[in-house]
Amino acid sequence: MIAVYIIIGIVVILLFFFFGTYNSLVRLRNRVKNAWAQIDVQLKRRHDLIPNLVETAKGYMRHERETLEAVTNARNLAQKAIGTGVGAQSQAEAGLSGALSRLLAVVENYPDLKASQNFLALQEELTSTENKISFSRQFYNDSVLNYNNKTHMFPSNIIAGMTGFKASEFFEVTVAEERIAPKVSFT
Amino acid sequence: MWEQIRSNQIRSVILVAAMAVLLLLIGYFLGVAFMDNGIGGLVIAFVIWAVMNLIAFFQGDSILLALSRARKIKRDDHPRLYNIVEEMKIASGLEKMPDIYIIDDPALNAFATGRGPKRAAVAVTSGLLQKLNRDELQGVIAHEVSHIKNRDVLLMALCGVLLGTIVILAWYATHLLFFGSMFGGRRSSSSGGGQAQLIILAVGIVLMILAPIIAQLIYFAISRKREYLADASSALYTRYPDGLASALEKIAGSTTQLKSANKASAPMYIINPFRKKGRAATDLTSTHPPISERVRILRSMAGGASFADYNNAFRGVHKGGKGIISASAIASAGAVGLRAAEQEDAMRETEPGKVERSRQVSDLMWQLNNYRTITCDCGTKLKVPPKLKKSSVKCPHCGRINNI
Repeated sequence: MIAVYIIIGIVVILLFFFFGTYNSLVRLRNRVKNAWAQIDVQLKRRHDLIPNLVETAKGYMRHERETLEAVTNARNLAQKAIGTGVGAQSQAEAGLSGALSRLLAVVENYPDLKASQNFLALQEELTSTENKISFSRQFYNDSVLNYNNKTHMFPSNIIAGMTGFKASEFFEVTVAEERIAPKVSFT
Repeated sequence: MWEQIRSNQIRSVILVAAMAVLLLLIGYFLGVAFMDNGIGGLVIAFVIWAVMNLIAFFQGDSILLALSRARKIKRDDHPRLYNIVEEMKIASGLEKMPDIYIIDDPALNAFATGRGPKRAAVAVTSGLLQKLNRDELQGVIAHEVSHIKNRDVLLMALCGVLLGTIVILAWYATHLLFFGSMFGGRRSSSSGGGQAQLIILAVGIVLMILAPIIAQLIYFAISRKREYLADASSALYTRYPDGLASALEKIAGSTTQLKSANKASAPMYIINPFRKKGRAATDLTSTHPPISERVRILRSMAGGASFADYNNAFRGVHKGGKGIISASAIASAGAVGLRAAEQEDAMRETEPGKVERSRQVSDLMWQLNNYRTITCDCGTKLKVPPKLKKSSVKCPHCGRINNI
């Protein structure tokens, strides 16, 4: 009789453990998904800001047609890359960052542009959007780390394996790209 | 990060429970002393506490914001502040954007309030907006947002209520006991066990005197721990501990005191609004750790921005000890690098300078007070009070007449 109770007890504990771990896996995976959506929101915001920026800059920068076109093209490429997976997208975004920082490097030669009110407002928006991109990437990677730890570590990895939870990809930015990643400082 | 919140919650719950036991003991002794019924007193104390808790939970944030005369702002009122709060909302993974308030006060301070991550607000003084650059403001906002994220706001509100109830009950009890003995003794003289009663009474009196002090010390201990954790989180979110450090230095250097602060709201501010000059470094009677120490810890985080780095820096400043952050929290997170200052990319030149910043903020304060702004042809901005009856004003600069 006692043995039966013990067995029932063990089964109940195992069930609790199973559902608890399963739920926390779901929670962590959702957090990863949300974090990824956040990055997308911010990237889209950057895409939306760029036509405005190019338009404003055009009036002042008569001799930088190529630089401006490069930014527009990089933006279009990045926009096409949405939804093609973490790797492809981060590459396209890095391209955009590079084009942007080249544009921002030449702004230095146009003091009128730098002083314009419209441009100052745009600059705050761009600075902040860049920050938001890197903060959302930061949060995404933290979330992925938490989730992946859970799927790899014993004993939760058993349940993750049984119920099909797979590790997520980090948003990798190589060191070189991170360097170009625009610190938007229009100087 | 989440591990830290959990392990801290457990420790805080123990401390809060200690305070609650204190409160119930007071209630019990009050009952014994005045009603011949310990349980009755206990129930009354509990009911008072519960009612005050409910008020704090549902109305605490509105009361606090109203008391500090904070004004809610929208995105367009101050885009930079709004953006910084949003950045920190993203970095901390908060579900909902907190409301943003500005307090019209030259003192440098900020606080967070609200019931939890879903209903929260951040308030900063106009002085802070004027004096801090982007990195510094970001550090301060990160500190406040982490108070929200770590649920310190609610915890400190509940602790404050508990402390308040204990102080009030103890105050009334000592006064009643004093006057009671003056006007012909206690009513309970009918009951038999004189000796036992005397002992209970003696213990009760000692408790009445000690309870508020003990409760206050517990409260301060909880609050200081939370400040360290919020600093550590700020470094983690911004990846830039120097921002908060330099903000704290500026705040410490300013001598203006906040007009609208009160004791109950003190732990919510970024620094203690009642600080006096020259306090000892290991002061038990303060809601906040000394600023100089907080700055030193943040400044010595050379290796990275993770909790582990903060903990090491904390131990470095305190010469050993076990640190401030629990081991499980440190273990659960990986290494975290630092980022460069915005200034290194010549941000400072493009960012609005001190004068520009002050002008923006003072314009905003006029606007929030319903003043209308008219730009005169000579470039002077005229602020027109809302109650003005005249239909035109004369520019004090050039003498032109401007229609309203």
